[in-house]
Amino acid sequence: MKNNKQRQAAVFFSAALLFLAMVTAAGVLCREAALETDFSRKNLAPCREYWFGTDCMGRDMFARTLAGLSMSIRIGLCTAGVSACLALLLGVAAAVMGKAADRVISFLIDTIMGIPHLLLLILISYALGKGFLGVAAGVALTHWPSLTRVIRGEVLQLKNSEFYQISRKLGWGRGQAAARHMLPHLVPQFTVGLILMFPHAILHESSITFLGFGLSAKQPAIGVILSESMRYLITGQWWLALFPGIMLVITVLLFDRAGNALRGLLEPMENREGVYG
Amino acid sequence: MLEADNLIFSYRRRELPVLDRVSLQVKPGERVGIFSPSGSGKTTLLKLLSGYLLPQGGKVLADGKPLPRSGFCPVQMVWQHPERAVNSRLTMGKILAEGGKTDPRLEALFGIEVDWKRRYPEELSGGELQRFCIVRALGEGTRYLLADEITAMLDMITQAQVWNALLEEMERRQIGLVAVSHSRELLEQVCTRVVGLEELSYSGVKR
Repeated sequence: MKNNKQRQAAVFFSAALLFLAMVTAAGVLCREAALETDFSRKNLAPCREYWFGTDCMGRDMFARTLAGLSMSIRIGLCTAGVSACLALLLGVAAAVMGKAADRVISFLIDTIMGIPHLLLLILISYALGKGFLGVAAGVALTHWPSLTRVIRGEVLQLKNSEFYQISRKLGWGRGQAAARHMLPHLVPQFTVGLILMFPHAILHESSITFLGFGLSAKQPAIGVILSESMRYLITGQWWLALFPGIMLVITVLLFDRAGNALRGLLEPMENREGVYG
Repeated sequence: MLEADNLIFSYRRRELPVLDRVSLQVKPGERVGIFSPSGSGKTTLLKLLSGYLLPQGGKVLADGKPLPRSGFCPVQMVWQHPERAVNSRLTMGKILAEGGKTDPRLEALFGIEVDWKRRYPEELSGGELQRFCIVRALGEGTRYLLADEITAMLDMITQAQVWNALLEEMERRQIGLVAVSHSRELLEQVCTRVVGLEELSYSGVKR
């Protein structure tokens, strides 16, 4: 039954997920190595022993990059998860709790989308005293509006669908009918929305850390690494910025592509055209 | 008896109502065909009779009682487009079970094959889907059935099969039927009484 496109998407999705899981695990394991300083090996260019080179304190950049990425991915997972749950709650509430609730929630969505994203993020993070809590709260509180909109629209459409109305007349209660008819449509939307939120969350976490409103310099976050390395670029130590930067781009792209592959798998209608005449 | 008493309904306020003081009585076992051109409010009338819409004036009584707000409704409607009346993410077996206990005799009567129940809606034809929708609407508590152009998309032979099965079941259980169609021939074949929509309406000839 599965066609070629679907199989490709499934393989790609699993591969991307495996890679990201490995990076996350490796980062946790080499957290110690990332903090280890050794002045006998400082400012080394990339070589066979230190793939990404070392910095001015003799720290292994490969270990630091992995640890930083892992940190970013973990923060991304947490915040995107919270944000997506918030979106689910608010989206469903807007659709089923009547006009007043819908107005309030729609107003919130418009307000948050109307403020420049990074600015709001910095404000929240700064107000909460920067650090882990500030970043996490900032990212979690700014990423829900677009998914909320999608879920609100989906629930509204389902509520007016003929099959939902029919099941109510066949004696199904509100909750039963919603669980049976809405859940199967909402789960894919939610999952894909969640995965497509990861790259945003990761990028924004690194950006505000890079700008100095996020994690502290002691933590090996990718934003910290990148902002530190800017100072050494003019002295010719290009490897300090290049490899961590490339790894960040790869991670973000992989999450994005994995999300799109999953969408292809979960919404089979578009992919199946032509199979059943 | 299913009674509609002076129903008034308009989709927008301050506009001429689609239905103006429409009254209708259907006895158990009686089959009423309503004939009128498209766009004249047939489907709207059926939605009012089965409680999908609430009238702005007048009332609907089924066996002397108003239609229940929740729970199984004794007046069930079969919709014109079966593909919209089923959830595309559920198997046909689950869709059938929505109507309560499934009855193998009824399924056999309408020619539903066991194999179809494992499939998803998009893997069946419109006619096959419509049989599921009819059987689903014929649950134990159903006293009146409203048929909104239920065979418009079928070929002649299938139409005859579906209607024969339906008539047999309604005869057996003394279910009242309101059928709506723009084909007068069909209604005259299957119904005990055929009326034009405008005859039911107070404003009658004006329409």
